[in-house]
Amino acid sequence: MGVGAFFTSKLDEAIGWARKYSIFQYPFVTACCGMEYMATACSHYDVDRFGAGLPRFSPRQADVLFVVGTISHKMAPVLKRVYDQMCEPKWVVAFGVCTCTGGFYDNYATVQGIDTIIPVDVYIPGCPPRPESVIDGLMKLQDKIAAGTQRY
Amino acid sequence: MDGQAILARLRGCFGDRVTATHDYRGDHTAVLAREAIVPALRFCRDEPDLAFDLLADLTAVDYLTFPGREDGPRFEVVYHLYSVALNHRLRLKAQLEQDDAVVPTATGLWPIANWLEREVWDMFGIRFEGHPDLRRLLLYEEFQGHPLRKDYPITRRQPLIGPKV
Repeated sequence: MGVGAFFTSKLDEAIGWARKYSIFQYPFVTACCGMEYMATACSHYDVDRFGAGLPRFSPRQADVLFVVGTISHKMAPVLKRVYDQMCEPKWVVAFGVCTCTGGFYDNYATVQGIDTIIPVDVYIPGCPPRPESVIDGLMKLQDKIAAGTQRY
Repeated sequence: MDGQAILARLRGCFGDRVTATHDYRGDHTAVLAREAIVPALRFCRDEPDLAFDLLADLTAVDYLTFPGREDGPRFEVVYHLYSVALNHRLRLKAQLEQDDAVVPTATGLWPIANWLEREVWDMFGIRFEGHPDLRRLLLYEEFQGHPLRKDYPITRRQPLIGPKV
């Protein structure tokens, strides 16, 4: 193993460590899951402990797209555009069953899982998920960011 | 004005074009022939003792699989009227066959009928003759079919639409 290879792998690790504690999220909130998202973000559960305390309401400044709530077919182009506008590296969290699979909205209006539109890194099930589940999902996302296994 | 008296006024003016009337717990309904529905709405709006100045709702029902109604006209367009001044209500209905799901527009009587009729077109595929702008209201242009029809498959998936460029 050459010196360069050793140095590169350590640099990746350092970047991954830095990235996982500076998650700037874009909350794409469309439905009732938003209340649980707010509960998680506020001081009682304090998502700032994980470096994810600053939501950015511009996709160009965000690293993680939190899709929170039911996505209808009419909303799908908007979501796709927001995702396209984010700079890489970027990650997507599907928050709640509606975004994961469509949930119980098995009907003509609802997208049956946002992974039919954009790639998803972490799925947080629940209707809505409790803050503990959200934090669990966030920590899994941190592991994924630190491992640097995301595709570009 | 008493509901029975309103129905009697309608029958008196429109005769056998009022095909049925009924009341249930104080809600009075008149079923009219399609060609009489707009004259009847105008009558209800303009007669001083009726004065139905508010079209509270305009919607439709699909009776395709309704028990006992399988052979009858498939659609009903329903008009809910309310009189703000006189505080009374009336429901008018027009029955439509599946192959001829067209009804004259009420946009000339109440401007709100414009959007309500667009919603009914969107959801049931019932056309309103004379409507100035009969486009889908809630769904998007690329949507295929009319989802509140009873023969719309509940599991049908519409093609995903992308961002407009």
